[in-house]
Amino acid sequence: MSQFLKDYVKVKKHNFRVGVKRARLSRNCYLFLAPYAIIFTMFYILPVVVSIVFGFTYYNILEAPRFVGLQNYISLFLEDDIFLMAIKNTFMIAIITGPLGYLGSFLFAWLINELPRWVRSVAVVVFYAPSIAGNCYVIFSVFFRGDAYGYVNAFLMNTGIIDTPILWFIDPRYMLPVCMLVILWMSLGAGFLSFVAGLQGIDKSQYEAGYMDGVKNRWQELWFITLPNMKPMLMFGAVMSITQAFSVCEVTMTLCGYPSTDYAARTIVTHLFDYGFSRFEMGYACSIATILFLIMILCNKAIQSMLSRVGT
Amino acid sequence: MSDMNKNNTTENQNTLAEEQEIVNTDAVETAEAEAFNAEDEALSKLESVGNVEEEAAKTLNPTPKEKASVKKNKKSKKKEAEEEVYHKPLIKRRKPNRSIAGDIFLYFFLVVVAIIMFFPIIYAVESALKPLDELFKFPPRIFAQNPTLDNFSDLFVTLGKSWVSFSRYLFNTVFITGLGTFGHLVVASMAAFVLAKYDFPGGKTFFKLVTVAMMFTGYVTGIPNYIIMSKLHMIDTYWAIIIPAFAFPMGLFLMKQFMEGLPTSLIEAAKIDGATEWTVFTKIVMPNVKPAWLTLIIFSVQSLWNNKASTVIYSEEMKTLPFAMQQIQAGGIARTGEAAAVLVVLMIVPIAIFIFSESQILETMASSGLKD
Repeated sequence: MSQFLKDYVKVKKHNFRVGVKRARLSRNCYLFLAPYAIIFTMFYILPVVVSIVFGFTYYNILEAPRFVGLQNYISLFLEDDIFLMAIKNTFMIAIITGPLGYLGSFLFAWLINELPRWVRSVAVVVFYAPSIAGNCYVIFSVFFRGDAYGYVNAFLMNTGIIDTPILWFIDPRYMLPVCMLVILWMSLGAGFLSFVAGLQGIDKSQYEAGYMDGVKNRWQELWFITLPNMKPMLMFGAVMSITQAFSVCEVTMTLCGYPSTDYAARTIVTHLFDYGFSRFEMGYACSIATILFLIMILCNKAIQSMLSRVGT
Repeated sequence: MSDMNKNNTTENQNTLAEEQEIVNTDAVETAEAEAFNAEDEALSKLESVGNVEEEAAKTLNPTPKEKASVKKNKKSKKKEAEEEVYHKPLIKRRKPNRSIAGDIFLYFFLVVVAIIMFFPIIYAVESALKPLDELFKFPPRIFAQNPTLDNFSDLFVTLGKSWVSFSRYLFNTVFITGLGTFGHLVVASMAAFVLAKYDFPGGKTFFKLVTVAMMFTGYVTGIPNYIIMSKLHMIDTYWAIIIPAFAFPMGLFLMKQFMEGLPTSLIEAAKIDGATEWTVFTKIVMPNVKPAWLTLIIFSVQSLWNNKASTVIYSEEMKTLPFAMQQIQAGGIARTGEAAAVLVVLMIVPIAIFIFSESQILETMASSGLKD
C-alpha cells in the first residue's frame, strides 16, 4: 500500500513537472489567450461566482453586504408570490416556445435544404431576418392594438368571432399567448443557421448508400441518415434555444409593459431586473440570478443527454 | 453515434467491394451476362421507369449476397450505358424516395410560413415610407401609395431640437458597435488561434468553460456585472458595454471550430521559414479565416446594435439608438411614422450585413457543431 502511494505521488509529481515545463514552453500561447481570458473571467466567470456569493447576503450597493444565510431563497419560494408567478410564466414560455422554435428551426432548415441554390439563400434571409431585426417585434403592437382599429381585432370583429375588441396586451388571459407568438416568430436564430450549414455539409454518398440499402421515404432518410450526421449541430441549436427560451424578457417588457397587469407577463428575468435595477436589492437579485443559472445549466445538460440518443 | 454509423457504412462498402472481387475472380460470368441482359431490358424501359435497380432485381431474383454485388456491377454498367444513350441527362433525376404529393404539400407549407415570417418586416418598412395620412387609413394597405422619406428626415428635425440630437444617438450606437465588434474580432481570434492549433495545459479546460458560458450568458450575469463594473468605475461609460462584448463566448466558439479546419501543415511550414507566432497569426491564419470574421461580425453587431444599455449608462448623451426609439414610441400616435423609421434604421444594418455575407457565414456555421 505504502509502495503504491509512493508511486502514485511520484507519478503525480512527474506529471506536474511535465505540465509546468510544457506550460513554460507554451508561454506564447498564454500571451495570446490572455486578453480574452482576462475579460472572460472578469465578466462571465466572476459574475457567476459573485451572484452565488451575494445570493446569501443582503446587499444594496450603499451598505456593506450583510450575510443572511438562506433567507433570500426562503423568501423567494415561500413569501414572494410574484416570483412563483414569474417561474410559472417563464416555464410556460420556455416549454412552449423552446421546443417549437427548435423543431421549427430544424424543419425549415431541412425543407429549404433541397431547394436550388439561389432560392435557398433567399429563404435563409427570409427566415433568419426576424431574429436579427432587433426591435422589429414592436410592430406586433400595431397588429394587436387593443382598440377596434387594431388589425387583428378588426379582422376578428368583421368575421364575427368576437364583438368587443380584445385588449391583447392588457388582458392577462391573452398576454402570454401573444408574447409566445412573437417569440416564436423570432426564434429561428443561430441554431437555424447552424442547421442549414450542417445539412449542406452531409456527405451525399451516404444518401446514395441509403437508397441502396432500402431507405423508402424522406422520413426514414431523415431519421437514419440526416439526424445522426447532424448531432453536433443539434446540440449547438439546443444550447441556443434553451438559453433564449429562459431569458425572455425584452419582448414581454416592451409589449405588455413593465410591470404588466397582474404581473401576468412577468418572467424570471423581469423579476431580476425589478429587484436589481429598480429596487437595488442586489443580494435578492443575485439569488434570482443563481436560480436562473442553475435552471439553464440543468436544462442544457438534460437536453444534451436526450439528444445523444437521437438516431439510434 | 454518428461515428459508429459512418464506420458501419464504410464497413459495408468494404465488404461489398470484397464480395464484388470474389464474384469477379470466381468468374460468375453467367450471372454477369444475365445482369447485362436484364440491364438491356431495363434500359429499353428507361424513359419512364426511374428505378432500374428494382426492375432488374425482380427479373434476376438472386440470393441476397449476390444481389448486392450485382447491384454494384450494374450501377457502373448502367452509367456506361447511359452515357452511350444520352450524352448527358436532360433532366436532373428526382431523388428516388420522394412522393410528389409530399413535395407539393411541404413546399406549399414553406411558402405560407415564409410569407407570414416576412410580413411584419415588410410592414415595418412600408409604414416607415407612408405619409401620416396613410398610416391611419382603414382598412389598411400594406404598400404605401405615395412613398415618402419624410419620416426619416423628421427624425432629424424632431430630435434635432431636443437636448440630445438624433445624430448623437446614432453616433453612440455606431461607436459602441464598431469598437466592440473590432475588439471582439481581434481578442477572440487570438484566443481561438491558440486554442485550436496548440495543445497546452489548461487550454481544453478553458474551452469547456467557454462552451458552458454559452449556456447561460445574457441576463444571468447582468446584476453581478453591474456590481463588478461599479467597483471598476466603469458604470456610465461606453466601456461598460464595449469591454464585456470583447469576450462574447459564441464568437470564440465559432472561430475556434472554424480554425480547427485549417491545415496545421500551413502553420508548421511558416514556422520552419522562421515566422514568429504573431506573424503566423496575422499573415497566415487570419487571412484564411475570413468567412469566420464575417460570422463574428454579424453576431456581435446584432447584439451590440440592439443594445439598449439603459442599465449601465445613465447619461442621456451616451445613450443608444434603441433607447431613443423607446422614447420616440412613447411620444404616442403622432410619432408612429418616426418610430417606424427608427425601427427600419435599427434593423436594416444587421440584415444588410447578413445578406452580403450569407455564404461565408454558412460556411462558418458548418463547423459550429457542439461535440459532447
